[in-house]
Amino acid sequence: MSVAKPRGATNTALGLNAFVVYLFFYAPILLLVLFSFSDDNIVGRWGGFTLDWYRDFGENDEVQSALSVSVRVAIISTLISVVLGTMAALALERFRFRGERVFDALLYLPVIIPDVTMAVMMLIFFTSLDDLIGLQVTKGFSTITLSHVAFSISFVSIVVRARLAGMNQTLEEAAQDLYATRWQAFRHVTFPQIMPGIAGGALLALTLSLDDVVITQFVAGPGSTTLPVYVFGLIRRGVTPLINAVSVVMLGASITLVLLSLLAQRARGGSDPVA
Amino acid sequence: MTRRTKKLLGLLCGLALVAAACGGDDDASSAAECEVGQTDGPLAIYNWTEYMDPELKDAFAAEFGVEVTEDNYDSNEVMQPIINAGGSGYDFIVPSDYMVSIMIEAGDIQALNRDAIPNLENLSSEFASGLPYDPEGTYTAPYQWGTTGLGVDLAVTGEDVPRTWGLIFDADLATQYGLDGSYATLLDDPRETMGAALKYLGYSLNTTDEGELSEATALVNEAKARVAAFDSDQYDELLVTGDSAVAHGYSGNFLFQFFDADNPDQYTYFVPDEGGTRWIDNMAIPHDAPHPCTAHTFINFLLDAERGAQLTNWNYYASPNEAAVPFIDQEVLDDPIVYPTDTSKLEEIEDTGDFETNFSDAFIEAKG
Amino acid sequence: MTALATPEFEAANEKQKRRRGLLLALPSYLYLIVFFAFPLLIVVLYSFATRNRFGGTDLSGWNLDSYARLGEPIVRTILFRSLGLAILTTLICLLLAYPFAYFLATRGSTIRNVMLVFVMIPFWSNFLVRNYAWRVLLGNDGPFSQLTEFLGFGETRVLFTPTAVVIGLVYGFLPFMILPLYAAIERIDGRVLEASRDLYANGWQTFRHVLWPLSRSGVIAGSILVFVPSLGAYVTPEILGGAKTTLLGSYIVSQFLEARNWPAGAAVSFVLMTVMLGATLVYFRSGGRNL
Repeated sequence: MSVAKPRGATNTALGLNAFVVYLFFYAPILLLVLFSFSDDNIVGRWGGFTLDWYRDFGENDEVQSALSVSVRVAIISTLISVVLGTMAALALERFRFRGERVFDALLYLPVIIPDVTMAVMMLIFFTSLDDLIGLQVTKGFSTITLSHVAFSISFVSIVVRARLAGMNQTLEEAAQDLYATRWQAFRHVTFPQIMPGIAGGALLALTLSLDDVVITQFVAGPGSTTLPVYVFGLIRRGVTPLINAVSVVMLGASITLVLLSLLAQRARGGSDPVA
Repeated sequence: MTRRTKKLLGLLCGLALVAAACGGDDDASSAAECEVGQTDGPLAIYNWTEYMDPELKDAFAAEFGVEVTEDNYDSNEVMQPIINAGGSGYDFIVPSDYMVSIMIEAGDIQALNRDAIPNLENLSSEFASGLPYDPEGTYTAPYQWGTTGLGVDLAVTGEDVPRTWGLIFDADLATQYGLDGSYATLLDDPRETMGAALKYLGYSLNTTDEGELSEATALVNEAKARVAAFDSDQYDELLVTGDSAVAHGYSGNFLFQFFDADNPDQYTYFVPDEGGTRWIDNMAIPHDAPHPCTAHTFINFLLDAERGAQLTNWNYYASPNEAAVPFIDQEVLDDPIVYPTDTSKLEEIEDTGDFETNFSDAFIEAKG
Repeated sequence: MTALATPEFEAANEKQKRRRGLLLALPSYLYLIVFFAFPLLIVVLYSFATRNRFGGTDLSGWNLDSYARLGEPIVRTILFRSLGLAILTTLICLLLAYPFAYFLATRGSTIRNVMLVFVMIPFWSNFLVRNYAWRVLLGNDGPFSQLTEFLGFGETRVLFTPTAVVIGLVYGFLPFMILPLYAAIERIDGRVLEASRDLYANGWQTFRHVLWPLSRSGVIAGSILVFVPSLGAYVTPEILGGAKTTLLGSYIVSQFLEARNWPAGAAVSFVLMTVMLGATLVYFRSGGRNL
C-alpha cells in the first residue's frame, strides 16, 4: 500500500523540507565525526589529524565493557518491549475487556513520569524487595533491563496504536471468513499491515534505551555501567573526543547493519521489507 | 470487603514493611574484624570519574590477587541515595566532606577498623584528626583535597587582575576588566554558588541566617546579567574556548585544562581574597559492603607514601598524605593552584541540616 | 460479521472476544503493575512523608506540607515557562515532521525504509555528545555564528539563550514526532487522495479535509511523545541554555538531588503526572477532534 505521490511543486517543496530535516539531523553528527579525528582534548578545538582516539578506544577496557552492556541491554529490552507493547496495542485497539480503561491509563504513565522520579522509585523498589518478599535482588544488568522495558512498552504501544487506529479491518475479516485461523489471519494479514508501526516503536525503544542515563544510574550495580552513564561521569573531567570515536564506531556499525539487511532483502527478492 | 480494597490493603502492609526496614539501619558503629592486608573477596570501587589512576587498581589486583572493578558517579547527591538504599554491592566510596557527615548520620558508612590501616600514620596532622565532619577519623580517611575559586582569562582582563569575587558580583569592577556582557560562569550548585556570594559579603558559607542568605540571593540574581551559564561540568573548557572569561570552579580541573591550552600563561586560577571553599574527598566503606576487609586493605594500600604521591601526580589534586610529599613531582608541589600558600581563608562546606532546603530554594529564586 | 449472527452467537462471540482481549493485554498489564504501578505507589507514599534533618525521608508523621509548597509563586513561574517551551517545541516539531513524514510515506518501499532508519541513526550516538556538538555549533565563533556573519547578519550569540534550548529540544524530540506520523500516514489509501483531487479539490482542501483527519491519530501520538518529555527535559536546557532559568525538569531534579527533599520531589511529580495523565486521556479519547 502506498500513499499517492504528490505532484510537481508540492513534491519539490516536500523534498526540500526533507533535505533540511536531514541536514538538521546530521549537522552535529558531522561535527562529532570530524572531531573524533582531532588531536586535542577539547571537542571544538581542532588539533590536527590523528587516529589516537580510536586506538584509545581499542585499549580502554572500561569503555568497551560499558558499550557492550549498553548494546546488550538495548537489544534485549527492545525485543521484550516490542512484543509486550504490540500485544498491548492490539488489545486496546481491537478488543473490549475488563480493566481496559485502567490499563489504558497505566500505559501512559511511563511516558509522563519525570526521569529522576522513575529513577528514585525503581531504586526504592528493587532494594525493598528484600524486605517485602525476601527476594534479594543483585542490582546490575537484569535490573537495568527490567527498568528499560518498563518505560519502553508504553512508547512502543503508542506508536503501534497510531498505526492501528482506524485501520481498515476488512482484510482481516475476509481472511477469517475464508477459514484462516486467528493466528494465520494475524500472521499473514494484520502483522504485515502494522509492521511499520512496530518497526517505528522498536526504533524508538532502542534509542531510548541507548540514551538513558538517570534511571540506569540508579539501578546499576558494580561492573554494569552503561555507555551513557560512563560518559555522564566523564563530563566533570571533560568529554574527550574518545567518546566521539566510540559514537562514530556505533554509527558506522549500525549503518553497515542497515545496508547489509538491505542487500539481504535484495537477494531474497524483497517482498515489502521490514522497515 | 471487595477484592479491590483487599488488594490495596495488601500493598499498604507491604509499604509499612518498607518503612519499618528503613527505620532500622544496620548497626554501623562496630568496626569490621579485619587483619592488616587481609582480603575477603573482590573489590568494587564506586568513585568520581578519572579520580583513580588505573595503574593503582592493577597494582592492587596483582599484589593481593583480587579482582577490582570500578564504577563512577558524577555527584555526591547521586551516590548517597544509592548507598543509602542498601544492596549497592560497592565496597569503597569517596564522599566529600559535607556528604560524610550526612552519611554518618544516615548510617550509610561503617566505622573503620583503624588497626587494619596502619598507614593512617602517614596523614599530615591537619588531616589526621579534627576535621569538622569526622573529628576522630572514625569513619573516613581523607583521599585528596582542593579548592573552589575563579579561573580567569588574562587576555580579556589584563595581567593585573584583582583577586576578588567582585569580578563576578560587582558590576563596576566587571566592566572595568572587560567582563560585562555575559562572560562569566558560575557553578550550578546551590551551596558553592550561594557560598561564593556569602563569602563576598563577608559571611560564612555555612550560614543559617535567613537575612544573610537573602542578601546573597539578591547578589547572585543581580550578577545573572553578566553570567553566560551556570555550569558545574564544562566551565574549564568554556574558559579556554573563549566562551567565558571568568569561571567559578574547582582547582584541579582548571590546572588540567591550563596544561593543555596553547598558551598556559594566558590563564590563571586563584581563591579570591575574601575566601573560598576547601573541599576534601574521603575514603569510606558502605554500611553493607560485601567485602569490608578488602576495602580496608585497599585504603591502607592507597595511604602508602609512594602510592599517595602517584595519585597526586596523576590527577593534580593535593594529597593529605605527608609521607607522600618527597615522592610528589616538584612542579606539582610548587604550584599554588594545587597547594595554596594561604589556607587561612578557606572554609569547608558543612551540612546545615534543615537549612539545606533554604539554600536550594534561594538558588532557584536567584536564577529567577 | 457473518450472516449467521443470532443473539446467542453474538453474546458468546462477545464474551470470547473479551477474554482474548484480556489475554493479549495481560503480559504487559502484569508487567506494568509489578514494575511500574507498585513502585509508583511507594513514591506517592513518600510525597506525604517528611524530610529529616540529614536529607533522608522519615516515613511517619504524614502531612501535606510538600503539596503546600506547590502554591509558591516561583513554582507557578517555572510551570508556565516550561509549558510555553514545551508547546513551542511541539509545534515546531509538528511543522517540520508532518511534511517530512508525508514525503517519506510517498516514496517507494525500499527508499522509505532506508530514509526512516537514517532518521534514527544519529540518535544511536551518545545523547551528551550530541548536545555538546550543538554547543560547539552554536558557540561564540562557532559554525553557526560564522554562517550568519558570512551571510551578512553579523555574529550571533545563540548559545546559552532560550533559542538554543528550543533548537536542542526540537533536535532531540523530532524523531518522536516523525515515527508515529509516518506510521499513521503510510496506511492511508492513496486512492482516497486521488478521488479528492478528481473531485477538483485543491491541494490545501485535500490536506485539510482528507489527509489531516485521516492522519490525526499520528498527530496526537506524536504531540504527546514530544510535549510530555520536553516538559520534563533538563539536560538539554542545562547544556544549551546554561541553566539560567529553572524549568520544571530541573526543579524536580533539584528537589530530589540537591535539596535531598524526596517528599517535595515526589509531590511535584505526582501532581504533574496526574494533570498530564488527565489531559492525555481526554486528548486521546476525544480523538483530537478539536484539531
